[in-house]
Amino acid sequence: MAEPLLSVRDVHVRFASRRGPVHAVAGVDLDVVPGEVLALVGESGCGKTTLIRSILGLVAPTSGSVTFDGHVVGRGHRRLRRLRRSVQMVFQDPTGALNPRHSLYESVAEGLRIHKVEGDEIGLVHDALSRAGLRPAARYAPRYPHEVSGGQRQRALIAGAMALSPRLLLADEPVASLDASIRGEILALMRGLVDDTGVSIVAVTHDLGLAWNIADRIAVMYLGRIVEIGATEDVIGDPQHPYTRALLSVVPELEAMERQILRGETPDPSRVPSGCRFHPRCPVVASGEAERLGILARCTGEDLALAPVPGAAPPDRVHAHLAACHAVSADATITAGGEGSAGATPG
Amino acid sequence: MTEAVLELRDLHVTYRAAGVDVPAVRGVDLTIGPRDTLGLAGESGCGKSTIAGAVLRLLPRATRVEGEILLEGQDVLKLRPGKVRAVRWTTAAIVFQGALHSLNPVQRVGDQIAEAIETHARTRSRRTTTARVGELLERVGLPARRRREYPHQLSGGQRQRVLIALALACEPALLIADEPTTALDVMVQAQVLSVLEDLQRDAGLALLFITHDLSVLRSSCRRLAVMYAGRIVEEGPSGAVFDEPRHPYARALASAFPTIGDPASRYRPSGLAGDPPDPTALPTGCPFHPRCPVVVDDVCPSLDVRLRPAGPAREAACVHVGGDDDG
Amino acid sequence: MSELSDVVVPGSAQSPRSVAWARRRRAAGEVWAAFRRHRQAMAGLIILLAVTVMALVTPLLADRTGLSAVDSLDNPVWASPSGDFFLGTDNLGRSVAVQFLYGSRTSLLVGVAATMLIVVIGSLVGVIAGFIGGWVDSILMRLSDWFLVIPFLPLAIVLARILGPSIWNIIFVIGVTSWPYVARITRAQVLSLRQRLFVERARALGASRRHIVRQHILPNVAPLILANATLAVPIAILTETTLAFLGLGDSRNPSWGKSLEEAYTAGAITRNAWWYYLPAGIGIIAVVLAFTMCGRALEEILDPRLRERR
Repeated sequence: MAEPLLSVRDVHVRFASRRGPVHAVAGVDLDVVPGEVLALVGESGCGKTTLIRSILGLVAPTSGSVTFDGHVVGRGHRRLRRLRRSVQMVFQDPTGALNPRHSLYESVAEGLRIHKVEGDEIGLVHDALSRAGLRPAARYAPRYPHEVSGGQRQRALIAGAMALSPRLLLADEPVASLDASIRGEILALMRGLVDDTGVSIVAVTHDLGLAWNIADRIAVMYLGRIVEIGATEDVIGDPQHPYTRALLSVVPELEAMERQILRGETPDPSRVPSGCRFHPRCPVVASGEAERLGILARCTGEDLALAPVPGAAPPDRVHAHLAACHAVSADATITAGGEGSAGATPG
Repeated sequence: MTEAVLELRDLHVTYRAAGVDVPAVRGVDLTIGPRDTLGLAGESGCGKSTIAGAVLRLLPRATRVEGEILLEGQDVLKLRPGKVRAVRWTTAAIVFQGALHSLNPVQRVGDQIAEAIETHARTRSRRTTTARVGELLERVGLPARRRREYPHQLSGGQRQRVLIALALACEPALLIADEPTTALDVMVQAQVLSVLEDLQRDAGLALLFITHDLSVLRSSCRRLAVMYAGRIVEEGPSGAVFDEPRHPYARALASAFPTIGDPASRYRPSGLAGDPPDPTALPTGCPFHPRCPVVVDDVCPSLDVRLRPAGPAREAACVHVGGDDDG
Repeated sequence: MSELSDVVVPGSAQSPRSVAWARRRRAAGEVWAAFRRHRQAMAGLIILLAVTVMALVTPLLADRTGLSAVDSLDNPVWASPSGDFFLGTDNLGRSVAVQFLYGSRTSLLVGVAATMLIVVIGSLVGVIAGFIGGWVDSILMRLSDWFLVIPFLPLAIVLARILGPSIWNIIFVIGVTSWPYVARITRAQVLSLRQRLFVERARALGASRRHIVRQHILPNVAPLILANATLAVPIAILTETTLAFLGLGDSRNPSWGKSLEEAYTAGAITRNAWWYYLPAGIGIIAVVLAFTMCGRALEEILDPRLRERR
C-alpha cells in the first residue's frame, strides 16, 4: 500500500472560550493515502471541522503533528503557503465563500495568482470550470455569484480548488447547504475528480449517506476523538461503537435497524466526561449491558484509545477497522492513550 | 364523511417582485383529514413554503392568492383580518426552521408560550397558564423548569422543541412544520422527529410536513406530495411514492438520499442535472422536461400534463403514467 | 441575468486584467445608472456642479479688490440689491456678491480637503485596527474614543486658537477631530468582513495579508468609505462655518461662515439687511444638503443591504 499522503499524529486543539477551556480536538491519529476519500462523520461540536482546519494550519494544533507528503506542517508563512497549494478546501456555504464582488473567473483565478502559477491563466481557469461541470466555461466565467444557482456556486468553488491541481481536498460539509436534487451531482463530481486526478478527499459531514456514496473509509468522531474508523463497508456493515450504531439507526433511509435515539444534546467540548467520553449517552451503559459484561467501572472511569476490532480480517495498517469501546475491545489489548492506530492486530 | 382539516382547491399564489409577477404556486389541490399526515417535498423555490404562508396568510401584502383554502371548512381567504389571527394558532399553527430567529431573545421561553396561550384564551388564570406551559414543555420532552430560560441558553434542538410547544399552545387541529429539522444534527433531528410523531399520534394532530428531504418524510408521513415548479407532480402513500416513484422528478428526489448499505448506490451518488426553473420563465409544456431523463421529445415540450391516476390512491403528472404502461 | 453573459466574453484576445477592468467599468456604469434614476441624488449633484463651477470661475467674474474695505470706500454702505450691486453692500461698502463668490471657494476647499484628511486617517486607522486586531486595535480604538468623548467644538476652538487662523490650520483642525467616526465605521465593516467565509477561503488558498486586504477587504469597504466621505463634507463645511462665526476663521480669506459672522457683528439682522446674511446662509444650506443627498443615495446604491431593503 502507498505511503500516507497525510498523517495526523496525536493532534490536540484547545481554545479558550467564554465557558472556559474547550478541548475541541483531543488526540486524533489519522492517515490518508493518495486517491482515497475519507468521510469524517460526527455531530456538530465533535471537532471535525477544527480538525481539518488544523490540517491546513488555519488553526494551530496545541500539540501533536501533521505531516503532509513527508513534511511536517509548520507555522512559517512560506511553508504554509506551499502546503496551501497542495491542500485545498471546499466550504459548506458556497455563497459565503465566494466574494460577491468577484466574478467566478476571478474567484477561480485567485489561487493561481496567489501561487503565481505559470501559463495561460484563462486556459487554466476555463479548464477548471469545465472540469467542475460549468460548461461552456466562457459563459460562466464572467458571471457573479448571485447570478448563478447554489449548485453552480459550489461547482465554482470546487473549480477554484482544483485549478491548483491539489493532492488533497478538504471538504467541509460540501453538500449540506444544497438541495437534495443538487447533492448527488456535486458528490458525483467529487468522486469523479478522485478517479480522474487521483486527488484525495477528506470530507467532513454529518451525513452517512454521503459517506456511503463516495467514501472509501469512514472515521466517526465524538467529542474530539475518533471513536471508530475503517473501510466504509466495515463501518456501515458491521458498526462496532455504540455511537456509530446509534448514528446509523437514526438515518431515515435505513429501515432495517431499530431506531436508537440518543438522549441528551450534542455534547459540549468544554465539559468532557471522565472515563469513556461517550458513557453518559451510551446505550450499552444505559441498558445495563455494560454491567453484565463487567466493564461498567471501566466505562465510567477509564479513558481508552482506538483498538483493532477483534475478529476482523487485519488488512494493512491504514485500512484496519478500529474502535474505541470497552465493550468491543473487552478481549483485545487496550492501550490507554497514545498509539491507538499503530501496531499489528492481536491474534 | 369527516370534514377535512385543511383543503386547498386550485390554489394559485403569485408574488410581485420588482414589477414582475412571479407565480409560486400554480394550481394546487390538497386535502388533509383529521389526524392525517402529509409530507410536501420539493427543492427550494418549488412553492412548498409558499403554501404554508398562504394557509396562515403570512405572505407579503402585494401577493395575489387565488383559489380556496378551507381550514375546517372555513375559507381563510374570505376571513376578516381579526378572524385570521384567531384561526392562526387556534386552528393551524406553524413551526419554522431556524428556531433562533422565531423566538424573542430577551423574553423567557415560558413567558413566550404563556403569551400565546393568553392571547387566544383570555379566560385562563395565571396559575393554570403556568401549569399549562409546563405541561406543553414536557410534552415536547423538555423539563418544565426550563420555562425560566432564555432562548440563547437552549441548544438548537431544544429551541426547536420550544417552537413546537409554542405551536401547540392553542391546541390547533393542524400543525404545519416547515423544514423543522433542516439545520439540526442527525441525532437531534431524530429527537425532534420523534417528538413530532408522538404528538401527532397522541394529540391527534393533523400534520403538514414540508421539507426537501424526501427520506425524512417517508417514515413520518402517511401520504407524500412532491412539488415541482409550483405544482404537485406526484402524490400518494409515502411508502409507495418513495420506493416506487412514478414521476421522474420524484424518482430523482427519492434517490438523492441513498439507501445506506444498498450496493446499488455505493460509489454512485445520484442527482438531477440542471437547475430549478426560473418561475418567471417556466419552460413550455411539462416544466420538468428540460431536466427530465425520460423526456419524450415530440410530446413533453408542448404538453402540460396534469395529475392523472397512477395506481391505488396515487396520482402523477407525467406522460409516462397512464392506464397500461409502467415507469 | 442571461444578457450579462453577452457583455463580456473573455476570449483569448482579452487578458484577465482587461476582464477585471471591464467589470469595474460595468460596475461603475451600473452605479451611475442607479444614481441617475435617484432624483434626490441628481438634484444634489446639479447643485454641487453649479457651486463648483461658480467657485472655479470666480476670479474671472470678480476682482479680489472687491473684498477689501479700503478699495470700497467709494461705495455706498448698507445698499440693498440693485443694478450696481447685485446683492447689495455691507457695512463697509463691500459687494456682498463678491464676498459670496469668494466665500464659496473657501467653503468648498475646506470641506473637500478636510474630508480627504478625515477619510485618509479614518480609513487607515479603521482598516488597521479591524484587520490586525489585538492590542493594536485596542490602542487605536481608545485613541478614537478619546477624540469622540472630548467635546468636539471646544477642542477645535482651542486648536484653532493655538495654531492660528489660516485655511490650512482649519482644515487640519477639522481633520484631526473628525476622523474617529470614519474609523469606527470602517473598523466595524472590516471586522465583519474578516469573519466572512471568502476571507477564510483566501487564507486557505495561501493568500498573504496584503492580498486579503487588497482583494477582499478594501474593495468591500471602499463604497462605504466613499459614501461616508460625501457625508463628512457637510460636517466639515459646517465646522468651518462655526469656527469662522466664532471669529477663528482665516481673516484674509472670506468664507460663508465669516460672512455670517461679519453680518452678525455688524448688526445686519437688526438693520434688516437680509441681503448680507441670506446668500451665505442659503449657500451653506444648499451645499450641505446637496452633499448629504448625494451621500445618502450613494450609501443606498453601494450598500447591498440597504439596496435589498428598498
